[in-house]
Amino acid sequence: MAGQTLAEKVWNAHLVSRQSGEPDILYIDMHLLHEVTSPQAFDGLALRGRKVRHPELTLATEDHNVPTSDIFRPIADPVSRAQVDAIRENCRKFGVKIHALGDPGQGIVHVIGPETGLTQPGMTVVCGDSHTSTHGAFGALAFGIGTSEVEHVMATQTLRLRPFRTMAVNLIGTPQPGVTAKDIILAVIGRIGTGGGQGHVIEYRGEVLAGMSMEARMTICNMSIEAGARAGMIAPDETTFGYLKGRTYAPKDERWDAAVEYWRTLRTDEDAVFDRVVDVDISELTPYVSWGTNPGQVAPLAATVPAPGDFADPVKRAACERALEYMDLTPGQPLAGIAVDTVFLGSCTNGRLEDLRAAAEVLRGRRVAGGVRMLVVPGSERVREAAELEGLHQVFLDAGAEWRNAGCSMCMAMNPDFLQPGQRAASTSNRNFEGRQGAGSRTHLVSPAVAAATAVAGALCSPGALPAAESLPAQHTAEV
Amino acid sequence: MEAFRIHTGRVLPMRRSNIDTDQLIPVRFLKRLTRTGYADGLFAAWREEPGFELDRPEYQGATVLVAGPEFGTGSSREHAVWSLLDHGFRVVISSRFADIFRGNSLKNGLLTIQLDQEVVEALWERAEQAPDQPVTVDLEALQVRAADLTVDFELDPYHRMRLLEGLDEIDATLRYEDAVRAFEATRPSWLPTVEVA
Ligand code: SF4
Repeated sequence: MAGQTLAEKVWNAHLVSRQSGEPDILYIDMHLLHEVTSPQAFDGLALRGRKVRHPELTLATEDHNVPTSDIFRPIADPVSRAQVDAIRENCRKFGVKIHALGDPGQGIVHVIGPETGLTQPGMTVVCGDSHTSTHGAFGALAFGIGTSEVEHVMATQTLRLRPFRTMAVNLIGTPQPGVTAKDIILAVIGRIGTGGGQGHVIEYRGEVLAGMSMEARMTICNMSIEAGARAGMIAPDETTFGYLKGRTYAPKDERWDAAVEYWRTLRTDEDAVFDRVVDVDISELTPYVSWGTNPGQVAPLAATVPAPGDFADPVKRAACERALEYMDLTPGQPLAGIAVDTVFLGSCTNGRLEDLRAAAEVLRGRRVAGGVRMLVVPGSERVREAAELEGLHQVFLDAGAEWRNAGCSMCMAMNPDFLQPGQRAASTSNRNFEGRQGAGSRTHLVSPAVAAATAVAGALCSPGALPAAESLPAQHTAEV
Repeated sequence: MEAFRIHTGRVLPMRRSNIDTDQLIPVRFLKRLTRTGYADGLFAAWREEPGFELDRPEYQGATVLVAGPEFGTGSSREHAVWSLLDHGFRVVISSRFADIFRGNSLKNGLLTIQLDQEVVEALWERAEQAPDQPVTVDLEALQVRAADLTVDFELDPYHRMRLLEGLDEIDATLRYEDAVRAFEATRPSWLPTVEVA
């Protein structure tokens, strides 16, 4: 028998039933909930007199709607407040634990799962949110589901699914200094396209991963969905185990040893066959940025805005034309130097401690350009606390940026943080769709380091292109 | 879920690719607590542009949306499906769908059909030339039929059966209770559990 890929191993270990002609019944180890995609599912349960089968395998948080300043005041928008009230009430009724706004455990659902050790190798993790792919960084099979499926998981702790196809993305070579996980994943999406991963679980492979932190791996897996994939995975290794050890929900004592022994088996067998293999050379990569209105419309920051005529495929050509009009860009214009109004550092893609450190590194001794607003929004309250312990918040504040409480914030315009029509942002989030950050908003996806440099320059800029920072008073250069 | 067997309706051609979920329904419309009431949210941003396809007089009452590749990319929001249904669409045809959107649609009785881009183009041309000409989407025969064009399509037999019968999936899964219990007895003890509220 041929070997199995990592994704197949995890799938097979969760197979409850396989009947010919029907999708498999797959067991779900952890179900995460947030306020936007759950109310109709809870309603459905209530309507049929059903319960949440395993509240102890379910955890809720508030992230999409919540304000990131003045969080102890009642939520001003009555509709957002109703949604937040609904999830609190539903969790109370159905016995589900919730990290409500103001709770030290609150944060973006894909940040709090990993940071508490709730996401572990080999698990199946689902959430009514497409960026559930983030959790695949631990070697979990983690994917977003719709509200009907949320209800199905709550009622049965399972899902009905046909096995996903498997795809290997081999990251070849070693990146140049200054190239981050975000640049790598933007380049991968540019290469395979927004539909390239359709129906597949991507397993990222390559030597570069061994040297990558869990945060960086999460950034990569997070954006698998932008390549159209159901999930992204990275085989667990010592870095994974080291990250998990001692965290709240990580196993302890003998159970830890048993778990690690099992986790070590979670890698693709030598003789396993992927349905599709894509090689991406990352050795020549430089910082990447999006120029258009889908995450496949990306280019090196050092390049120029493409012209519709650069695309042979008529569908892509039309998409480019429309995107340039929406983004108000001209073919041939250098990407570096495009002026922005706003810089957003945060989201489940780049709102973790390492991301804040990378941006602070660039901002130390520098100031956000006049007329530019920079919003720094930690992915969770724990990230915020850790950043404040290191004094990162002071770096941001000294530079003239805003330091906020945790939430999705300006990643999507569902809370008080959004752009005005026509405004342009450099954003560390994951989607540059039309209107994503507010009606008429224009988004350029970037890494945290590029976001910080852009804030200083007032225009898209790589950190290497900034003039030297001023020397600083001692407390601002504290070790991180 | 309403059953789906055969549907005849007019086509709304949308010559666009990457119609993502933020276009289908912008986030400001996601704050309702119900499964209905999303018709106003459908393509809300584009509807502000004069001449947007959805609002052109010749396409009023269209129930079959035909679009370019990467339809429904982006978020998992089922609201995207609900808004299409609320507006009156019963079928979406595209040369490629995002997976989560496709799954959501089939669970709500919105039939999503994947056809080659050439067929999509042919349907666009016909609808633009003769907006009054209906197409018939036949789930029993797995066929899309226009005046001078008949194409077969594929659909997972399980989803087809569920749509034809309007079956509730949770009921179907609950019949496997014994298998689920047997599986649960084998789960390793190190797996995490959360305190119950
Ligand atoms: S940060 Fe953005 S992408 Fe992530 S869960 Fe929140 S809204 Fe979704």
